[in-house]
Amino acid sequence: MSEHGYVAATSYSQAQPGLGGYQGGFGAAPAQPHYGHYGGAPQAFTAPPTAVQKFPTSSGPGLPPPPGTGHYNPNSQQNGAHMQRYPPATYGQPPQPSYNSMASPAPPPPMQLTNQMSGMNLGNYGKGSSKWHWSPSQVNPGRCFVPAGPVQNPPSATSPMAQQPFRGPPPPNAVQPPMPPQMAPPASMSMGQPYPGAPPPTAPGGFHQPGPGLAGPPGPAGPPGYPQQGGPFMGGHMAGPQPGGFPGGLGPQPGPPQKKLDLDSIPSTTQVIEDDQARHGGQVFSTNVRGQVPPLVTTNFTVQDQGHASPRFIRCTTYSFPRTAELAKQCQVPLACVIKPFARVPKNEAPLYLVNHGENGPIRCNRCKAYMCPYMQFLDGGRRYQCAFCSCVNEVPVFYFQHLDHMGRRVDFYERAELSLGSYEMVATLDYCKNNKPPKPPAYIFMIDVSYNNIKSGLVRLICDELKTLLDKLPREEGAESSAIKVGFVTYNKTLHFYNVKSSLSQPQMMVVSDMAEMYVPLPDGFLVDFQESRALVCNLLSQIPEMFTETNESETVFAPVIQAGVEAFKEADCSGKLFIFHSSMPTAEAPGKLKNRDDKKLVNTDKEKTLFQPLKATYEDLSKDCVAQGCCVDLFLFPNQFVDVATMADVPSHTGGSVFKYNNFQMDTDGEHFLRDLRKEVQKSIGFDGIMRVRTSTGFRATDFFGAIHMNNTTDVEMAAVDCDKAVTVEFKHDDALSEETGAFIQCALLYTTVGGQRRLRILNLGLNCSSHLSELYKSCETDTLVNFFAKSAYRAILNQPLKNVRDILVNQTAHMLACYRKNCASASVASQLILPDAMKVFPVYINSLMKTPPLTGSTELATDERAHQRLALMAMAVEDSQLLLYPRLTSLHYMDVSNEVPPAPTRCSEERLTDDGVFLLENGHVLFLWLGQASPPDVIQGLFNVPSLAHLQAHVCALPELDNPLSKKVRAIVNDLLEKRPRSMKLQIVRQKDRPEMMFRQFLVEDKGLHGGTSYMDFLCHVHREIRQLLT
Amino acid sequence: MATFPEYIAQNEERDGVRFSWNVWPSSRLEATRMVVPVAALFTPLKERPDLPPIQYEPVLCSRATCRAVLNPLCQVDYRAKLWACNFCYQRNQFPPSYSGISEVNQPAELLPQFSTIEYVVQRGPQMPLVFLYVVDTCMEEEDLQALKESLQMSLSLLPPTALVGLITFGRIVHVHELGCEGISKSYVFKGTKDLSAKQLQEMLGLAKPAASSQARGSQAPQQPQYNRCGALALRGNVADQILWRVLASRFLQPVQKVDMNLTDLLGELQRDSWPVVQGKRPLRSLGVAMSIAVGLLECTFPNTGARIMTFIGGPATHGPGMVVGDELKTPIRSWHDIEKGNAKFMKKAAKHYESLASRASASGHVMDIYACALDQTGLLEMKCCANNTGGYMVMADSFNTSLFKQTFQRVFSKDVQGAFKMAFAAALEVKTSREVKVSGAIGPCVSLNAKGPCVSENEIGCGGTCQWKMCGLDPSTTLALYFEVVNQHNAPIPQGGRGALQFVTQYQHASGQRRIRVTTIARNWADAQTQIQSIAASFDQEAAAILMARLAVYRAETEEGPDVLRWLDRQLIRLCQKFGDYHKDDPNSFRFSETFSLYPQFMFHLRRSPFLQVFNNSPDESSYYRHQFNRQELTQALIMIQPVLYAYSFQGPPEPVLLDSSSILPDRILLMDTFFQILIYHGETVSQWRKAGYQEMAGYENFRHLLQAPVDDAQELLHSRFPMPRYIDTEHGGSQARFLLSKVNPSQTHNNMYTWGQESGAPILTDDVSLQVFMDHLKKLAVSSAA
Repeated sequence: MSEHGYVAATSYSQAQPGLGGYQGGFGAAPAQPHYGHYGGAPQAFTAPPTAVQKFPTSSGPGLPPPPGTGHYNPNSQQNGAHMQRYPPATYGQPPQPSYNSMASPAPPPPMQLTNQMSGMNLGNYGKGSSKWHWSPSQVNPGRCFVPAGPVQNPPSATSPMAQQPFRGPPPPNAVQPPMPPQMAPPASMSMGQPYPGAPPPTAPGGFHQPGPGLAGPPGPAGPPGYPQQGGPFMGGHMAGPQPGGFPGGLGPQPGPPQKKLDLDSIPSTTQVIEDDQARHGGQVFSTNVRGQVPPLVTTNFTVQDQGHASPRFIRCTTYSFPRTAELAKQCQVPLACVIKPFARVPKNEAPLYLVNHGENGPIRCNRCKAYMCPYMQFLDGGRRYQCAFCSCVNEVPVFYFQHLDHMGRRVDFYERAELSLGSYEMVATLDYCKNNKPPKPPAYIFMIDVSYNNIKSGLVRLICDELKTLLDKLPREEGAESSAIKVGFVTYNKTLHFYNVKSSLSQPQMMVVSDMAEMYVPLPDGFLVDFQESRALVCNLLSQIPEMFTETNESETVFAPVIQAGVEAFKEADCSGKLFIFHSSMPTAEAPGKLKNRDDKKLVNTDKEKTLFQPLKATYEDLSKDCVAQGCCVDLFLFPNQFVDVATMADVPSHTGGSVFKYNNFQMDTDGEHFLRDLRKEVQKSIGFDGIMRVRTSTGFRATDFFGAIHMNNTTDVEMAAVDCDKAVTVEFKHDDALSEETGAFIQCALLYTTVGGQRRLRILNLGLNCSSHLSELYKSCETDTLVNFFAKSAYRAILNQPLKNVRDILVNQTAHMLACYRKNCASASVASQLILPDAMKVFPVYINSLMKTPPLTGSTELATDERAHQRLALMAMAVEDSQLLLYPRLTSLHYMDVSNEVPPAPTRCSEERLTDDGVFLLENGHVLFLWLGQASPPDVIQGLFNVPSLAHLQAHVCALPELDNPLSKKVRAIVNDLLEKRPRSMKLQIVRQKDRPEMMFRQFLVEDKGLHGGTSYMDFLCHVHREIRQLLT
Repeated sequence: MATFPEYIAQNEERDGVRFSWNVWPSSRLEATRMVVPVAALFTPLKERPDLPPIQYEPVLCSRATCRAVLNPLCQVDYRAKLWACNFCYQRNQFPPSYSGISEVNQPAELLPQFSTIEYVVQRGPQMPLVFLYVVDTCMEEEDLQALKESLQMSLSLLPPTALVGLITFGRIVHVHELGCEGISKSYVFKGTKDLSAKQLQEMLGLAKPAASSQARGSQAPQQPQYNRCGALALRGNVADQILWRVLASRFLQPVQKVDMNLTDLLGELQRDSWPVVQGKRPLRSLGVAMSIAVGLLECTFPNTGARIMTFIGGPATHGPGMVVGDELKTPIRSWHDIEKGNAKFMKKAAKHYESLASRASASGHVMDIYACALDQTGLLEMKCCANNTGGYMVMADSFNTSLFKQTFQRVFSKDVQGAFKMAFAAALEVKTSREVKVSGAIGPCVSLNAKGPCVSENEIGCGGTCQWKMCGLDPSTTLALYFEVVNQHNAPIPQGGRGALQFVTQYQHASGQRRIRVTTIARNWADAQTQIQSIAASFDQEAAAILMARLAVYRAETEEGPDVLRWLDRQLIRLCQKFGDYHKDDPNSFRFSETFSLYPQFMFHLRRSPFLQVFNNSPDESSYYRHQFNRQELTQALIMIQPVLYAYSFQGPPEPVLLDSSSILPDRILLMDTFFQILIYHGETVSQWRKAGYQEMAGYENFRHLLQAPVDDAQELLHSRFPMPRYIDTEHGGSQARFLLSKVNPSQTHNNMYTWGQESGAPILTDDVSLQVFMDHLKKLAVSSAA
């Protein structure tokens, strides 16, 4: 998905402009050399990996906590450690009150941290802020190696730096033996007597020692220590007990100044994931308790529905709502949930129970229309019930009456899904259907752009060939013999061609519509057909389509009329459905929705940058409305060779529950399979049509905002032309009034939709949450991944209306505010310099930082506008697991993997430091998939994977793993295939060799590092946030 | 000298011309007093198998305003090789190729028997014939099936090189691309949106690539221009022409190439599949379909003979040109609605079709309408499509009737040379000698707006021009041409002077050749004051009746019915006054000479005819009748006005009898030919015999023969006529007998039957006046001194 933006090597060096801010603030010199390494001299990279390799080894082997750590409560929060080194005073000095570092003037402190860590920029910073005590000393090393030639020096420099600051603090497990004493220092040092002298000498030394010393398996491998490491971060603060331990521990230790910040010393996402997996993995999560925080999305667990909807369907930012609006405002933790109504339910969990009340239809509260659910209270011997949402007392309909048992529960409690389960489906009556007519089964229309590009690339033939078999696999109703979905075919360039494939015909009929002004479907019958019935004709047609256009030289296309045609077809057939549009170029032919190139890089980093994300024309807005009204979902497969204005073209898909796939410079041999995998997934996935979703809440709060591939006509009804198993809607809640701690807060999400078999159904998801007057409860019940999902969506929406800088500032500020509030209200007293994070949110900053480095939020002219728009839209409909993965890619090392082990290797942190010269790594984020080969990859691994003797023999453009009969190859392919299977989208496997140019693309996904196009490293960001927190607290 | 009737017949035979007056009054004033104008019925392509094709071009008068063709009336100076134009008196040199000319070696055009002569133009490419079928699919299955069969049959009748195209329509209009293998491909258009030719061209992908048009632009600007023949000619370079043809070839292909394909395509044609809700009419986008057909030919084959054959099974209900809404409860407009101003679609629709007609005629294309439905289909609105382009209008109840099938087959009838009896893109030019000018024409033509010295200021019919375009014509197509004598009373014409007319008809022969037929005729002048008798003797009452009838019908299209009748009556009275022989105020003294004797009777029947009476006819029927009347030759037209009635009985051989109720006798079988209907009526007794089955019994062969005789005669008529008449076999008291009863002169009605006695004839239940009453009134008025 990203090749586009990164094609030109030179662009890297040009990235600078985007980061001009840095230069402004600190002088030009610093930044450029730094980046110069990336762009110009790839060798620069050689070093870091080596350093990294040592790191993990050093930290990995779960060394027993050093003696000195005894007084660290395992729960103690060590994150603050490195931060402390910065005396508040220093912050004032450079003019960076706000967190604008990304785009423009960067605040020095984080930068400096970065510099320290990366080692590369040291010199510059030293210059820039001579005030810093430590800087002079730093300067030297930096200077030394800058001129000396980056190749060797950087590594040494980097590693030390990196270690310096953080080394100490995280101590217990992560730190190597030599460090213990140092851990404390960072804390204290940061406070008062900063960096004097200490760093330079120690750094190199400290670094080297551990490195060689420990050659064990990479970090993650060392299990014993890790869990604990997690522990400490998680701030047992919440629990309360820890108080003394952690902060105290850090604070007092004034030890020797330790400059090195160790990556391992700051909260690790992989660690958190691993811990959660260890804790909940393979276990049953019963939803019998209100306000229960579910395991992480990354964890494998089994859900047992016992009255609350499975977290697969709904996840909340916090499972304990603040009691009052004031509290909510105070903590600024967004109250939201992410609903994925069609989430896949694993085989070992019960599928949704279908309730059928026959002609009576669902039972609903008379006042608020909430559906019968486990939270309704039956009164009066079962004759009446009180609505849990609006408290209205309703009569129980006669047919539904049942006696109550001694506990006041209906006798049929366990027999009725709607009384005992959190999620279930109900058969909808005609009242719930459009025009009171039962719906017809949906239809899929395949609309293929047959202009020159697509014909030339062979795409049309590819699609047609694939469809012949794929159409047998259309989704079907549970238990149905064949799919009820009808199919239709359209090809188009600047005219549209409809095909009549009615089974009674002897050959297909093609109808060309060339009047683009008012699109219509020229045939009422025979366009949408049952594939099984018309198989012969459809196959005949699919064979003919590529032939018919072989000679075409038409390169102009239309687009809006294509969608319009689909809508009209559904209108005509009176059904809902989905359009699969395979499109190549910007629609420039004379027709409604005609577009022109408006990609203007000059707008980047200006107030008008938002226009790049805004869809262009009212045409498409109207089209979206039409689509939604008809239940027409649009899936767009783009095969552009240049700018196509994704922001506009993807507008309709992004409001109709569709997906947008983009294959830049599509080439049959490299992208064909990738595309087909996507297409297969997209065609086969379970989906519901013509949906309307309503989120009801108990009194005191209500849903106020919705994000997703949806359309809102009013403020409450979420209209979804379609919703599939990967689409999620994020809903934000606000208080109306105070909540009750006793009754808690209830959410009922009701989705009325049409199944693939043409049945009208309601899917009801109920969730009960706790309420509390204590913020600590809230923080304890937070879910970082869900929070991040919400933040990402709201930020991505915000960039439509505000400058990027504002959006980023808001993100940082709110992050800081949330954490500060925790610190202020929930954490026990500790030294101000300590960074204390709530356990449930301790990796929150890494996600926010990663979010800010995503292309949409990065103001860089390097990035292709289309790419940014695409990513922005893609995220808007993402579920928690996908946003989590996107913002924290999974990096796994394959080289030391035990090929016999069933379990895939555990992920490592996304940082360059974790790469090793002789390593082979797999990185994926749901959109991209890289196989990274270290320069010194063992030949046997290369041989095993590629059947070539060494890396040098590897062809440049390999994009798939050959099928070789050896354990390693099998295992790796199994892993890759498993990923491709599991993720909502297919990914194109890209093989990058260390130091090869394409490695750039790979590197931008190392989210803990400094962004290629601007954006700080995790470490720097943490420092910055810490600084903000401290400002807030003072 | 032969008698006038012989002279008239001979002229008609040779030149296809019949004049109202065969001796012309020599002054303008006198001419106007003749009441019936000097006018002619001219059949340009009168069948003349004996005409030799002249393989050279006509010699034209060199005067730019004249350009008359050398003809037998010209004075030729063989020695000086000069000829004098008999119209403008210009002296012209013969062209070099005529150098061998002499009294004994005359070119054909100078021989008196070749007053009509046909030149075959050798220049220019062979033009293909183009047939574009426009087929309605909103009809019953059997109807469609029958239509499909007819169409498939017609393919076999087309010459292999003819180009065919197919447009089908229902709610949506399909322009079929022919010759696609494996898939049938069509371009579709919404029925609600009319498209200009340019838009259509783009949408069909027929637009010339930009490069080519630029190249054209860089050459001398190529404006469409009227060439000498008056036909629109587009000149482009050859490459363009080829490109055009290639592009167009997707939709119009030679029959020989797409025969099978098109047959299959027609075979697969389905009824319009859009659902029709109960109580609604199917949506039929006829207006747009025709517009697309016109546009397609306009941009592919301008000025090439082409027929757009539109087959419709019901009224247009959708888009431009709709004549009725789709609600079944609102019936299609009737005359009553039209008079009351309740026909809300009529004006707009008519305008739509008028513009189509003018576009088609501008590019020389014929539009045929074959409307087969029980109800009206909007012929009223569409009439100008057929009328202005010389197309056929055929009306039948269903495509599954022999009426349609036979008629349609007859469209493709061929002459002895095997060429279609149809010609295309014709232009008729009239040249007159100085004393006479042309006022206008009435018939299937449009004006080419060619002003000139021969054009009268006084317009009659389609006037103001001396050239008319007839996009389609056949051997029976007849124009009524009206002239004005402009010679002033005080400028007498020298004795023996003759007025001359020349009709120059250029057309595309069915063989693809361009041909020019020249007819030159002359008539004597006579001073009306002194030679009124000879003028009266030259009166051709049949021609005059038809010429007046055409005028009346022409007026009836725009004026109120009663006004037209009044006008017609006044003309008749004036004629009687002028040429009758009577004593003032004594009706009984009135006598008409033989040359005028039938004229009042023609007028009587004309007044009662559906051409002027709309009562009992739907607007569509009126339009249909008028259409046929306006294009048919004299004999047929006369039959239309005054049907022919034959009687068959045991009393003697079949004989023509009076079109009178008194002819309806119980023991007779009547055969009536109204042109539109062939009706056999069995008298009361005969029908009883027939019911009793005598014809089957031995010994009653004579009865069987009697029954059979009219049937055989009817068959003969049926087979020779185009369009095929409706065949009706009825009997005394049969409901269909009304056709007969409405035609005969109601000499016996319920009002007077007792006074007339009951023994003969059948009373007609009508309040219409009978011929006798009519004549009485006429005489009275004619002789009245007050009038």
